[in-house]
Amino acid sequence: MEEGGARMGVITKVQPDAVSAGENALEQGMRDKGYVLTSVDDVVNWARSGSIWPMTFGLACCAVEMMHSAASRYDMERFGTLFRPSPRQSDLLIVAGTLTNKMAPALRKVYDQMPEPRYVISMGSCANGGGYYHHSYAVVRGCDRVIPVDVYVPGCPPTAEALIYGVLQLQKKIKRTPVFKRTSLEKPQYAYKEGEKAPYTDRERHVGDV
Amino acid sequence: MTHIDKMHDGSALLRVKEAVENKFKDGILDAVYVNRELTLTVRKRDLLKVLKYLRDDRRFMFKCLMDICGVDWLGKRDERFDVVYHMLSVHKNMRVRVKVSAGEDEAVPSACELFDAANWFEREAYDMFGIPFENHPDLRRILLDYGFDGFPLRKDFPLVGKVEVYYDEDEKRVAYKKVDMPQEFRRFDEQSPWEAMTGNANLADDPNTFSEEEFKS
Repeated sequence: MEEGGARMGVITKVQPDAVSAGENALEQGMRDKGYVLTSVDDVVNWARSGSIWPMTFGLACCAVEMMHSAASRYDMERFGTLFRPSPRQSDLLIVAGTLTNKMAPALRKVYDQMPEPRYVISMGSCANGGGYYHHSYAVVRGCDRVIPVDVYVPGCPPTAEALIYGVLQLQKKIKRTPVFKRTSLEKPQYAYKEGEKAPYTDRERHVGDV
Repeated sequence: MTHIDKMHDGSALLRVKEAVENKFKDGILDAVYVNRELTLTVRKRDLLKVLKYLRDDRRFMFKCLMDICGVDWLGKRDERFDVVYHMLSVHKNMRVRVKVSAGEDEAVPSACELFDAANWFEREAYDMFGIPFENHPDLRRILLDYGFDGFPLRKDFPLVGKVEVYYDEDEKRVAYKKVDMPQEFRRFDEQSPWEAMTGNANLADDPNTFSEEEFKS
């Protein structure tokens, strides 16, 4: 084995005289090909955080910055983040722009159509809390009134770097989320008043506060 | 070289004014030419005739209807609304503004027959002000939410509206509830920040600027 090589630390074939007569096929395979030890959490979270596919969902000027982050200069695909045109194939919903009352049911529908585990990034002041249109008669004062949000990216609009930073924060969050749910550790993370009935189900709380 | 807009000395618009006044006489309630802009205020029943005349006359050819908008004069005038038509003549490089006034729930004749562009503009004016347009082929809301209550650009409409949306967990859908704004409105000082430009304000005495001690610390 080459010192410092890629296969360093991987256990490979042992001496033939050490092989016992009663070995089964599994042991044979291990001896031939070697193995690495890790935890299910690490493998699953590595896979999940390394290929976050966001839904192509732009609502306003923030969507232009979102496009910049995906285009050649910043190229989000370096982080495995590739825009998908269907909610059925996406893991992430980036709410990029002003969410109006009329759009809210459509946004919720897109969110409902996404398979779990699913994540939401709220991008820009309007999606975070209504922003410039906070007092408007037609705008939702924060998209967290309609869907649960994982990461809030501030800015008006946030730069492409800021959005990528938000995606990286989400990766971190995914990486420290246990695959097997420990309900006792979970706390609801939604925007509603204390004492009010929690507006979301247990099922939707995919983020553990560990 | 002079810009094309500067070359236009306005005499052409004055000819429009003269021609329209001669043709419609009492139908034109007011015709003002200020800042190289011509504004015609017309009687409601002559509106379509005026628009058609401006569009079809070879001397004017206002073939583009650029916009229709509403004005709410609540409490300031008996006839509450104005409907304003902006027209452009590409051929003659001219623009003209035509105004017509309407009371509440008083219909204005639709310009859809004359201009296809009027269709959505009138829907928008209806959406925002609740001005009904007579003989409009499809007068319904265009921008606001389905089932929206009220007309938001009317002066008596509350700024934050009447309802807001939330996700109803029991019914599994986006629902409406009465608007709830716990945060107070910000009160802005009505004084103009440009007051200093007139020489009346003394910036050093302004409580919004740093005192000398604060500045040093």
